Amino acid sequence: METNKQLFTVSIYTENSVGLLNRISAIFQKRHINIECISTSVSEIDGVSRWTIVVFVSEEQIRKIIGQIEKQVEVIKAYYHTDEETIYQESCMFKIKSDLLFEDRQIQNIIKESNARIVTVNREFFVLEKSGRRSEVDLLYRELKPFGIMQFVRSGRISVTKQEMKITELLEAFQA
Amino acid sequence: MNNTQTLEASKKTQGSTQRLSGSEAVVKCLLAEGVDVIYGYPGGAIMPVYDELFKYQKEIHHVLTRHEQGATHAAQGYARISGKVGVAIATSGPGATNLITGIADAQIDSTPMVCITGQVGAHLLGSDAFQETDIVGISTPVTKWNHQITKASEIPEVLAKAFYIARSGRPGPVLIDITKNAQFEELDFEYTPCTGIRSYTPVPKLEVTAVEQAAAMINEAKKPLIVWGQGVILGKAEKELKEVIERAGIPSAWTILGASAIPTSHPLNVGMVGMHGNYAPNILTNECDLLIAIGMRFDDRVTGNLETYAKQAAVIHFEIDPAEVDKNVKTDLAVIGDAKESLSKLLPLLAKKTYPKWLNRFKELYQIEFEKVIDKDLNPTKEGLTMGEVMKELNKVTKGNAAIVSDVGQHQMIACRYAEFNQSKSNITSGGLGTMGFALPAAIGAKMATPEREVVAVIGDGGYQMTIQELGTIFQTKVPVKIIVLNNDFLGMVRQWQQLFFDKRYASTELVNPDFVNIAKGYYIEANRVSERKDLSEAVKTMLDHDGPYFLEVCVEKEDNVFPMIPSGASVSDIRLS
Ligand SMILES: Cc1ncc(C[n+]2csc(CCOP(=O)(O)OP(=O)(O)O)c2C)c(N)n1
Repeated sequence: METNKQLFTVSIYTENSVGLLNRISAIFQKRHINIECISTSVSEIDGVSRWTIVVFVSEEQIRKIIGQIEKQVEVIKAYYHTDEETIYQESCMFKIKSDLLFEDRQIQNIIKESNARIVTVNREFFVLEKSGRRSEVDLLYRELKPFGIMQFVRSGRISVTKQEMKITELLEAFQA
Repeated sequence: MNNTQTLEASKKTQGSTQRLSGSEAVVKCLLAEGVDVIYGYPGGAIMPVYDELFKYQKEIHHVLTRHEQGATHAAQGYARISGKVGVAIATSGPGATNLITGIADAQIDSTPMVCITGQVGAHLLGSDAFQETDIVGISTPVTKWNHQITKASEIPEVLAKAFYIARSGRPGPVLIDITKNAQFEELDFEYTPCTGIRSYTPVPKLEVTAVEQAAAMINEAKKPLIVWGQGVILGKAEKELKEVIERAGIPSAWTILGASAIPTSHPLNVGMVGMHGNYAPNILTNECDLLIAIGMRFDDRVTGNLETYAKQAAVIHFEIDPAEVDKNVKTDLAVIGDAKESLSKLLPLLAKKTYPKWLNRFKELYQIEFEKVIDKDLNPTKEGLTMGEVMKELNKVTKGNAAIVSDVGQHQMIACRYAEFNQSKSNITSGGLGTMGFALPAAIGAKMATPEREVVAVIGDGGYQMTIQELGTIFQTKVPVKIIVLNNDFLGMVRQWQQLFFDKRYASTELVNPDFVNIAKGYYIEANRVSERKDLSEAVKTMLDHDGPYFLEVCVEKEDNVFPMIPSGASVSDIRLS
């Protein structure tokens, strides 16, 4: 089982209620599984939350976990997908000393080539933002590291699936 | 005592809504859900609700247990024997945390239960106030659903949801935590029962094609075996199961929680599967060509080593909870839906069949088990009393009509193996969690739910002392439960494992016990002790004839072992007879 582990992106549509994070994370905890990253937000449907959780497990495990997530009362539907089946992004921010920006040409090149965006600049520091795949973010981090990074933060993965997820139909079926 | 009338008058009634306090609304919700008895223990944060329970004591019987754990097990016993939702109530902090064992037990055994806890005022939440504990956080992994109410206006809707969730689909425990301010505040009360929640599908839609495929597989099988579980009882599908079994002629075995769904004496009932189950159904699990699992979840105590479990057989799984399908055993066909509906659709598609040769295999193996184990258990020739012969004496008098509430350990396995049952919901025991201390309070709840039934608790001397204080509840309520303690002066089941797998190193399993008869008498409960065979039969009769609660201690052989046994991690077919 250990050998066939891979990254899976779990997408969950839920009601927006207090305590649900605890309930869902407990399902991973019960099986001693580490959550690589997690993010939650509104979804395309009013009042419905969307969760994106990335875990490194076997397909066998993720299938069972999805079943146990889905049976929670406030979960509308849960899916799992491989990286190939999703379009996914992360975003990150760097806080760096401002003098570097003005004095070091190399840093300007890195910013340009990486398609990163300068969010703000003041006398002490500037803030750089980049969205993309994990590998792109990692590369930018490695390139900037030698110059000194004052702060770095990366968001959890957010993703949309190539295949359709028929939540609206599900909810309409309930009304009927 | 009729202050309800004056109360009624003081309320502004507007249309169908009434102006009530949150605490009175809680009681009104319970009444609206048909609750007649609740088990609990008061304390600061739940006092407003208790004040209302005082006013409504004619409508709702509140039973003061001696510990909140006892309240949960009593509510479980009530639920398991009646099929109705059991209710337990406690204060915040330690009152709430004392509920957790019973909630976890109800979760793993799918028992419908609603627990209500008081909580500190909403303005104090998170401040480490006196007796504040995050009971919603603590109970999350062991509840089907839980919720904290911080405003009185939420009470009717949330409680309606609580009962609906607890009882629908695969049942389970729900905890509702109510802050003290919400109990004091007023609301416009109107109760509408919950009939659906959009994110929740209690009973998945049955696929007719799956039933048709199942019928085809069953009709073609040469050596089919049915293993049913508690799903049949929870789904009220006993009649349908019996018809299926009889029409298709299939030998049928049960899990510990499935016991009693089909009478013990039924010719196609081939006994219990699992660690201390019967020899034939365990061995033949690995010989059948089709295994039909109905409302059971392939617990590891049932399957033993999964790598060698029923590998030769095709597996059909009738199950209401999709998360159970392929969780432990890979199935060839899943029939997902309500057991009653699935089995009644299956019945007309089944060919009328019998399997005399296959059924004979069960009889042959039963004979081996009888000679090596059962005969010695039930008709011992040695001096010391066996647990088995106590069950035999009990069967003689109850004639299979009693409900047996067992605790956890050797006596539990013996009780489940040998108790005879004529009607469903008669075997009440802690299966999934194996909670010692379950039986005494559960028997209280069971007897209160069905006063017309004989309820006998069968308990070990270890587990008895985990909730022995509930004798106080029995004394105070006069609930006529019969209590048998099978005293071997050991934590018998653990001692058995130490003997078999730890070279007889009896680490902390020997008990130096008090005078149990005197303890019962201290609670003014009639009591007796037997240690000789010649007195057993009479003692059991006297206990059952007694009008009121009764305690009987039977001093049994200290170091008897329960067989058959599948050593943990072994294959079902490696079941040992000695
Ligand atoms: C609360 C709890 N603690 C520990 C155990 C582990 N355990 C399982 S069986 C058993 C021994 C039970 O002894 P007793 O109640 O005397 O019954 P016997 O096995 O002797 O019939 C123990 C300690 C348990 N199941 N539950």
